Amino acid sequence: MNIYKKRKIVNKIMITITVLCTLITLVPLISIFISVISKGILSINIDFFLNIPKPVGEPGGGMSNAIVGSLILIGLSCLWALPLAIFGGVYLAEFGNNKLGAIIRFTADVLSGVPSIIIGIFAYLFFVLPMKSFSAISGAFALGIIMLPIVMRTTEEMVKMVPNTLREASLALGISRFRTTISIVLKTAMPGIITGIMLAIARIAGETAPLLFTAFGNRFWHQGLDKPIAALPLQIFVYAISPFDDWHRQAWAGTLVLISMIFIINLISRKVMKSSYKIY
Amino acid sequence: MENVIVCKIITKNLNAYFGNYQVLKNINLSIPEKKVTAIIGPSGCGKTTLVRCMNRMHEVTPGAKVEGEILLDGENILAKDVEPIEIRRKVGMVFQKSNPFPTLSIYDNVAVGLKLNGIRKKYILNEVVETSLKHAGLWDEVKDRLNIAGASLSGGQQQRLCIARALAIKPEVILFDEPCASLDPISTKKIEELILELKKDYTIIIVTHNMQQAARISDYTAFMYLGELIEFDNTEKIFTVPKNSKTEDYLSGKFG
Repeated sequence: MNIYKKRKIVNKIMITITVLCTLITLVPLISIFISVISKGILSINIDFFLNIPKPVGEPGGGMSNAIVGSLILIGLSCLWALPLAIFGGVYLAEFGNNKLGAIIRFTADVLSGVPSIIIGIFAYLFFVLPMKSFSAISGAFALGIIMLPIVMRTTEEMVKMVPNTLREASLALGISRFRTTISIVLKTAMPGIITGIMLAIARIAGETAPLLFTAFGNRFWHQGLDKPIAALPLQIFVYAISPFDDWHRQAWAGTLVLISMIFIINLISRKVMKSSYKIY
Repeated sequence: MENVIVCKIITKNLNAYFGNYQVLKNINLSIPEKKVTAIIGPSGCGKTTLVRCMNRMHEVTPGAKVEGEILLDGENILAKDVEPIEIRRKVGMVFQKSNPFPTLSIYDNVAVGLKLNGIRKKYILNEVVETSLKHAGLWDEVKDRLNIAGASLSGGQQQRLCIARALAIKPEVILFDEPCASLDPISTKKIEELILELKKDYTIIIVTHNMQQAARISDYTAFMYLGELIEFDNTEKIFTVPKNSKTEDYLSGKFG
């Protein structure tokens, strides 16, 4: 047989195998989507978004408190973790070519590998025990710690990608190093950093374990940041292990809402990332 | 050279290093005011490093250091108490590869030097942007679209935008580091005409690989080889009666 013919056949076989592998890896993702959508869509209604949970045993009610609670937790986490992570990332990229930088980088990598439940216990020790109450603050503290290394390392990578010629152009205009870093380098890296932030938010939006000992969950509207607060993943967890059919249905609806939220955040971050390549 | 020449920049025993590697060896050079001085020489001879010393950009590279004196209007800009930012506002720079800020509009690319130094008054910025762009010969091409990204212009336009950006901070000296190296002949011609126009108001130093370019636009030429200043004279003299045999060899294409 002609060698070229043989190569063509091998080529076809290999392509078939790679396509098959891709399809197989897609199966779990797609089946999750199908089951969540098919089961969630039946239970989702306007009440679900507007009402708080009904007392145990009464049918109906919704998860509005959990949706709002999740948003509050995410907002609080961003409030404290993002400035730290972004400035830390800028430090690592611009000035971190030394021992301290290497230590921070190593620590951040280790931190991003720490199981989230351990971070929850850590927040419990630091906030819940001294305050003698589960609280939104402690939950946001735990979630923020999860965000820190992700955002810091993406910021570092994105700032490093800014070409040196831009830094030099700015410095040569008599612009100070500080202004150059903030107004030129950080601005140029911003689309990439925002993608990192979006992915970190998507990650913490679904975290349950660190909230078990911190935010704890709440069946009522939030009563202050120092009080326990509801969160979607927690509510789903509680409802899913309950013995009530109505709660199971609501858990599916909550799952659908949560997945949609994460999906939308992903879409937005992709959009932002794409626009950074565009010349406009 | 009969009439008195005012020297804008004088280097005295200038040595520059990257780590332990010495790039510039004892450079003594006097740059005349409001003239075009070309610096020519083969790759790696220290041309770029020399001009980068003149606006304290050499030290931006990690591990770089510099010794000696550079006098700008008689003041040593390498002295310890001199703020590099002040020097860079007096000695502007245009780089080899045009580097407009990709996230900024044409307008902001020109105004950025003023804006980030605290000048925010709209009427001042408007005026500076217009005069700088006019000076750089770009105004007529972009005046209707000042809000589009600077990076969307063509290569030659981008380089003129970078010149406008440098002009906007009203420097006294402008360093051109091979400004036409990545441009086509027509864009190159425009930049050269611009440089001849600019020398009425500014002292210009241009690093170039292109000997014809040096001959066309410069009043004085410095020839550098392996980190040393071999010869510095009137451009006409350098190109017609070079004193040093190395200069002659380089100009006649024997090496480089």
